Amino acid sequence: MEHTIEAFKREESLGARHSGAAAASDGKIHIERTQYPYVTGSSVLGIKYKDGILLAADMAASYGSTKRYKSFQRLKPVGKHAVIGASGEMSDFQQISTMLDELTLRDQMWDDSNTLGPHEIHSYLNRIMYQRRNKFDPLWNNIILGGVKNGKKYLGVVSMIGVHFEDDHVATGFGQHLARPELRKQWRADMTLEEGVRLLEKCLLVLYYRDRSSINKYQIAKVTEEGVTISSPFAIETNWELEAFQNPTKNAEGSW
Amino acid sequence: MARGFKEHATWSPYENNGGTCVAIAGLDYCIVAADTRLSLGYSILTRGHSKLFKLSDTAVMASSGFQADVRTLQKNLEARQKGYYHQHGKPMSCPGMAQLLSNTLYYKRFFPYYSFNVLGGLDTEGKGCVYTYDAVGSYERTGYSTQGSGAELIMPILDNQLKSASPLLYPPRETATPLTEQEALEIVKDTFASATERQIYTGDGLEIVVINKDGIHKEYLDLKKD
Repeated sequence: MEHTIEAFKREESLGARHSGAAAASDGKIHIERTQYPYVTGSSVLGIKYKDGILLAADMAASYGSTKRYKSFQRLKPVGKHAVIGASGEMSDFQQISTMLDELTLRDQMWDDSNTLGPHEIHSYLNRIMYQRRNKFDPLWNNIILGGVKNGKKYLGVVSMIGVHFEDDHVATGFGQHLARPELRKQWRADMTLEEGVRLLEKCLLVLYYRDRSSINKYQIAKVTEEGVTISSPFAIETNWELEAFQNPTKNAEGSW
Repeated sequence: MARGFKEHATWSPYENNGGTCVAIAGLDYCIVAADTRLSLGYSILTRGHSKLFKLSDTAVMASSGFQADVRTLQKNLEARQKGYYHQHGKPMSCPGMAQLLSNTLYYKRFFPYYSFNVLGGLDTEGKGCVYTYDAVGSYERTGYSTQGSGAELIMPILDNQLKSASPLLYPPRETATPLTEQEALEIVKDTFASATERQIYTGDGLEIVVINKDGIHKEYLDLKKD
C-alpha cells in the first residue's frame, strides 16, 4: 500500500510527464511502475592501484539537459573499508546510501570488532538491485564499489538490473565507452598513487571534452588498508586548442 | 479521465551478456568449458568472468545468458545442495542435481531465468554425463552439448568430431564420446578458438574443467581478445 502511495506522489509531482494516477474503466487506480530517471549523474571511474583503489566522478547532477546541481557528491564511503560511486538517478543513489549506512550501522552494533568487507557489501548491493528489478521497480543506478580489507583489493560494479562483476578497472555510463579503452591500454597492477591519479585525470578529461553532461569539477576517492579518503573538489586543465578540435569540418563539409 | 495510451517500457528486466558453454561426456570423465567474456551490446564489460559453477565434486554447471539471473540460479542451487548435504549426509548426485535444475527453472516459467545451461559431471556409476537445458527447464541427458552465443557454430563441429553414436538412432544409443580425455580436450579448445573468430560474444579466455574419479581439474587458456 505504501509503495502505491509513494508512486502516486511521485507521479503527482512530475506534472506534465504523467497525467497522474487515473481511474481506469474498472474503477481501480493504475500506477505505472516503469520509471524514468530525472536527476542523473554521469560517469564514475574506478581502478585498482598498488596500495588500494581509486574512484573518480564529477560533481554534476543533471535534470535532463540542465546541469542543475554542480556540487553533488557522487562518491560515498561505506563503512571503514569501502567506497561507492553511482551514476544514474541520484535520489535512488541517496536511498541506497541510506540502506548501506543502516547495514554498516547494524554491523557495528554487534560490537564484535568484525566489519563488513567490500565483497560482502557488494553482494548485499547486488541482491538489492536484483530484487528491485524482480519487482519491476528498479533503482536506476550503475554503481561502482571499491574497497580494501586485509590487504585484498576489491573493485566491482552492479547495474540497475543486477548484472555485476569485478575487474581491475571499471567505469559506468560514457566512461565505459570513452575511458575503458584508455584504462585497458595504460593500467598496470603496480601503479603508484600519482600514476593512478594521472591515469584517472586523463580519462576524466576525455569525458569532459566529449560527454555533454559532465562538468570540470571532480572528486577522487582513495581506499587503502588505512581507510577511505575523498578529496576536495578540483578541476583539470583543459586545452581547447588541440589540433583535433581545429576546423572540425575540414574533411566533412556540411556537417557540424 | 482514463488513460487512452499505454506507456511503452523504457527498460527491460533482461539483457544478454553473451558467452558460450560446452560440455562433453566420456566413458569415465566429463569436460565442462566456457569462455570468460561478459558483454553488453557492442561493449565488453569484463574479460575475466567465470561462467562455470561447481555444485559438487561430481557436478559442474556452465551457464550463459543474463548474468544476474545466472548468478541467482547458481546461489539458489548452491543453497539447495548444501541443505541436501546436511540433511542426507552426502552430496547430491549429478542426475539428482539435473532434475533440481530443471524444476528450479520451470518454477519461474512465467518470469524465466534467462539462463542457458549445461550441466556436466559423473553419474552414480562414475560414467560421464551431460545435461542440456533451455531457459524454462526443458532438459535431456546427452553425450555432449553446447549453449549460448556460439552454440550454433560449435554444435555441428561436436557432431562431426566426437565420434559419438548419432542421437537420431533408434533404439537410442549412448552418445558419450569414445574419445580419450586428451582428444576431447583438444576438440574443446579448437571449437572455442573457431567460435571466437566468428562470434563477437565469445572470446578473451577459456576455462575448462575436467571431472573424473581423481576429482576436478581446472585449466585456463587465452582466447583472442578482439
